[in-house]
Parts: sequence; C-alpha cells; structure tokens
Amino acid sequence: MAGQTLYDKLWQDHLIKTRDDGSALIYIDRHLIHEVTSPQAFEGLRLAGRQPWRKDSLVATPDHNVPSESVERAAGVSGIRDDISRIQVQTLDENCRDFDVVQFGINEPGQGIVHVIGPETGATLPGMTVVCGDSHTSTHGALGALAHGIGTSEVEHVMATQCLIQRKMKNMLVRVDGELLPGVTAKDVVLAIIGKIGTAGGTGYAIEFGGEVIRKMSMEGRMTVCNMAIEAGARAGMVAVDQITLDYVKGKPYAPKGEHWDRAAEAWSQLHSDDDSVFDQVVVLRGEEIEPQVSWGTSPEMVVPISANVPDPVAEGDSTKRTGMQRALEYMGLSAGQRISDIKLDRVFIGSCTNSRIEDLRAAAAIAKGRSKADSVKQVLIVPGSQAVKAQAEREGLHKIFIEAGFEWREPSCSMCLAMNADKLGAGEHCASTSNRNFEGRQGYGGRTHLVSPAMAAAAAIAGHFVDVREMAPVQAQEEMA
Amino acid sequence: MRAFTQHEGLVVPMDRANVDTDLIIPKQFLKSIKRTGFGPNLFDELRYLDEGFPGQDCSARPINPDFPLNFPRYQGGSVLLARENFGCGSSREHAPWALEDHGFRAIIAPSFADIFFNNCFKNGLLPIVLPEAVVHRLFEETHAQEGYTLTIDLEQQHIHKPCGETIAFEVDAFHKHCLINGLDHIGLTLEHADDIRAYEMKRREKAPWLFDAVQY
Repeated sequence: MAGQTLYDKLWQDHLIKTRDDGSALIYIDRHLIHEVTSPQAFEGLRLAGRQPWRKDSLVATPDHNVPSESVERAAGVSGIRDDISRIQVQTLDENCRDFDVVQFGINEPGQGIVHVIGPETGATLPGMTVVCGDSHTSTHGALGALAHGIGTSEVEHVMATQCLIQRKMKNMLVRVDGELLPGVTAKDVVLAIIGKIGTAGGTGYAIEFGGEVIRKMSMEGRMTVCNMAIEAGARAGMVAVDQITLDYVKGKPYAPKGEHWDRAAEAWSQLHSDDDSVFDQVVVLRGEEIEPQVSWGTSPEMVVPISANVPDPVAEGDSTKRTGMQRALEYMGLSAGQRISDIKLDRVFIGSCTNSRIEDLRAAAAIAKGRSKADSVKQVLIVPGSQAVKAQAEREGLHKIFIEAGFEWREPSCSMCLAMNADKLGAGEHCASTSNRNFEGRQGYGGRTHLVSPAMAAAAAIAGHFVDVREMAPVQAQEEMA
Repeated sequence: MRAFTQHEGLVVPMDRANVDTDLIIPKQFLKSIKRTGFGPNLFDELRYLDEGFPGQDCSARPINPDFPLNFPRYQGGSVLLARENFGCGSSREHAPWALEDHGFRAIIAPSFADIFFNNCFKNGLLPIVLPEAVVHRLFEETHAQEGYTLTIDLEQQHIHKPCGETIAFEVDAFHKHCLINGLDHIGLTLEHADDIRAYEMKRREKAPWLFDAVQY
C-alpha cells in the first residue's frame, strides 16, 4: 500500500466517521472569527437556541472594517465613522460577549488580521484543522495544518457541532526545485505558480507546496505561498513540518509548553508526505527561472515577469480566455505589448494577510531606506498585519524609514486589500499592491490592481512605475560601493 | 432551507469565465449583518452604471443596458448559465445569498470554485456541472431562442430542454438528500453528537495542547 500524503494524514487524523452516503464528518480544532462573515452565524445560533460546542476553539478579532487611519482608530469601535462598518464591529463585540468567545478587540495588543494573529500567537498550530469564514484561511497550512475557508452557514455549523461534513479532496504537489535568485520572494513564487496552473488549476485539490525552495523558505514566506493557494483554486495549501516550523512555533504564547511541547513536537514530526505517497497531480517549477512577478489583468493568473510585456490576446487560442484577456486589458487601461515597467502607479499598498508580516515590512523598508516616494504617486500605505507586527516594526525603526520616504504608517487592518474600510482606489487608478486579488473593483470601484511582492511595491512607489527591484540596490550598499 | 425538487425556469446567460464573488456581490454590501436583501446588488458593478452603496434605492440608479440581467427578455430568470470557474475568490456566502435573493434557483456551468459550490447547497441553490460543450450549446440555444426555459428535476438528476432532449447530471448524494428535503445540516450533524464526543475524548488524550484555551 502506498504511503500517505500530508493531507491524507491530516484528514485521517480528523475523521470522526464516514457517513452512509460516503460523506465524512471532520473534526475542527480551531475556528477563527471576524466581523464580516460571523453575524448571521451567531444569529442562527440564537434563533435555534444553540451554544457553541467548544468555546475554547474560537478566537475572534475585527479586521476587515476597522480603520487604518490612527486618529479615527484611536477612538476605538465607537470612533468608526462609517455607520454600517461600526455596527458590524459592534455586533462582533456583542456576540463575543453574549457567547463568551475570546476576542482580541479593535485596539488590544492581540488584534490583527486573523491570518496574521493565528500563527503569531500560536492559536493555530501544526496538525490542527483550522477554519474561518474567509478564503485566505489557507495561510495557516504553512504550519503543517489543514486550513481552509468556509461560508457563513458552515461558520454556524462548526460553532454548533465542531465539525464539517465534507468529501476528501484530491492531492496535488507543487514542487519548486533549485533555489531562488536574489530579489525573488515567496510572493513571486506563488504568483508564478498561479500563472502556471491557472486560477482554477487547484480546484478540487489540497495543494502541498514542497521542493528545495519551499524547504529553505521562512515560515512567513510559506504563509505567503499558502495564503494564495485559493487564488489557484485550492481551498487548502500546506507545507510539511520541519525544523523551521518547530523553531517558529516554539515559545509562541499559545503554543504547548514543557512536556506538552515535547509530545507535540514528536507528533508534528510525522506531518510530512511519506516518500512512497502518491499525488493525483504533480507540478514542478525551477526556482532559478522565477523572476519578480507583476499581475497585469483582473485575475491572479494574469501575471508576467517584470521583464515581460503585457500579453496579446490575439495569441490566445481559447476563445473564452481571449475574451477574458481583452476585457481585462480594457478594464486595466493597458494595451497588448506594452512594457510592464511602463505602467505608472497612482497608489501603492503594502499590507494584507498575504504580505503584512515583519519580514514583508523589512523587505519594503530595505528598498525605501534613504529614498522618497515619486511625486506622481498619490499615496503609499503601509499597513502592518497585527498590533504585534506594528510594535516590532517600530522597535526596529522601520516606521521612521517609511515616514521619511513619504509613506503612510497605518494601523493593523485588512485595509485596501478589499477596501471595506476607508482605504480605497479611485476609478482608473493603478495600484501596486502586495495583496492577493486583482479582481475588478476589488480595491475600489474602477480601481486597477497589480499584484507584486513588498519589495517590488516599495520600488514602484519610489520610481513611480514598475521597476525590477533587483536593479535597485539598497542606498547604503551603493554608498559603500562608492 | 427551501427544498429543491423540480424547477422550471427562464435561463439567463452570464457569458464570461472566472466570475469571482467580488463581482457577484461587491464588498461594500458585506457590511450587512443580515442574510437577506442582497438581490438588488447582485452583480452591482456590471448591472448599474454608477457606484453602489449599501441602503440605497437601486430602482433610481442608471442601469447598464448591455448587461444581460437587465435585458427585458431575461426578466424573471431563475436559471443562471455560466462559464468555467464560476464563483472563484472570496468565500463570502453573500454571493449565493444575492443570487437566491434575486430569484435564482440553479446555476449551470462547466466548473465552479469549491467554496462557492459548497455554499450554494446551504441556501437551496443548485449548482450543476455539465461538460463544456454541453454548456456551450445551452448558451447558443439561450441566445437564439427568446423565452428559453429549462426544467431541472433533481430527483431524477435530469435537465429537460424545450426541444424534448434530456441532459443527465451528477450530484453528491448528501447534498441531494438535503436539498430535496430542505434539511438543516446542523440538525443532521448533531445526530452524530455521541461520535463527536467520543472522538473528542480520544483527541484530548492524544493531543491535550489542542484543548488549552486561548486566554486573553
């Protein structure tokens, strides 16, 4: 019998029973909650007179609607100017109080984007099943967990039963061999993967990311990769546990301690695909072939290396795809054959559950240091992913580098990734964004999003148009050379 | 949940691939704490020529005459015909809520994104996967024939075309059972409460750290 994949192991470990109709009852260890997709679920519990099955599995925080601007933010929930946003955040407060759910409130030290605070506090751990009413829950798979987004009905279902009724997905291995060239980051890797397999390439699969490049990648890099598994169509992305995972988790506030740590580490060391395991599909990329990436269209699969030109729909054989490309060019205000480096930016956004962790901010700061934003760029938002990331960045003085460069240093929130708070693009504006989706209107009505890495976004903010970050050496290094 | 057994409905074509849930219902409408009322903002950015806001009277807004949902011939449509990877992106259940609220009962496409597909079944909405060529044919027929309707028989797993032709489709046994009977999934799962408790006890022994409460 063939060995098991990481996904097979996680599935089997959480399988309560297989029902008569072939569907499976799967146990959920951790359920993260935010204000947007939970109110109707709590209301459902209330109407049915139900209580959460296991309150200690729930962790809540407001992130989507909270203001990033410090003055508005300082007043807390009551200070949120948008009435409907305020009501939603207040509703989360009330629900957490009524149902006795742990919440990291708007200005409390533990607050942040759910997918940033989970791993950073140890609330999400290797070997867990993790769900949240948010598609980017795949992020937590970086820890060697089975993590995926669910809809609000399932939020209620998990709260009421601690389970989901599911069918097993298929196994896909995405292997990135070799090594990355300097200046190429986890974001470029995942954009290249999506460019290769397409936005529906992973539909029906759980993707395991492996290969030398992933093995050498930091935990935060792995989170960036797993975060965007959903952009390749896969609900769940994951990475096997190794020493890098254990070193990351150890000492986190909610990670096991003492004898529990030893037992956990022992159990987690099994969380990898067996050598003789079989995947339904294997996709291989070479690390050396990946360049910094920039998305040009309105789907994350519409992505090219910085050295490339905007593709020509005429060359596309599939008519549905060709029409999609033509529509995207029109929406984005671009022409086929145009150089990517000629695209001028109106705004830059560095943040989101994809790229708002400390390493992301360090990478952006390394480029911004000693430089200034281009005059033609109206705004550069730096939005740390959590209060902890913000505090760490301030300890390192990164905020000063950003402020000196003319960037805006904001409060932890989802911000312009989906523009539910006040941060949004105007119609027709081009934005270099470290977020995960370049859909029409995603960052604001008529807004035009280009997905890039934090370093590429910072470089674009300085140049006013896209540039190859590898041609932009740190200012300090240049001085040393001179 | 509203039961789905048989449905006859006018077909509305949505002729583009990779329709994401941001397009189905834009984020500003996700601020609602209710489950209903999303219908007027379904496909908001395609349907209207201005930017939409929550709580606004949509009947006074300029409509996009080029968007099929606005064509007189598709008014009252309840079967959405779509292209591949329909419902990709965000997990927002507001997408099926908006489709259902607008009056759709079924969506036919060559493929759906996983989370959206799953969310549909929780809301009495039937997503049907058919081969690309079959869907393409349905698009041609919908375009060609005004008042083109399909009858969907979930029990038999058949779609009846106006010409008398029948198309068979697959559906997961559990989802079918729940849809036909309009069943509440939570109630069904709680029938397994003893199994869940037994599993939980074993798990607590094996991995006690998973049961350490997060405190704040």
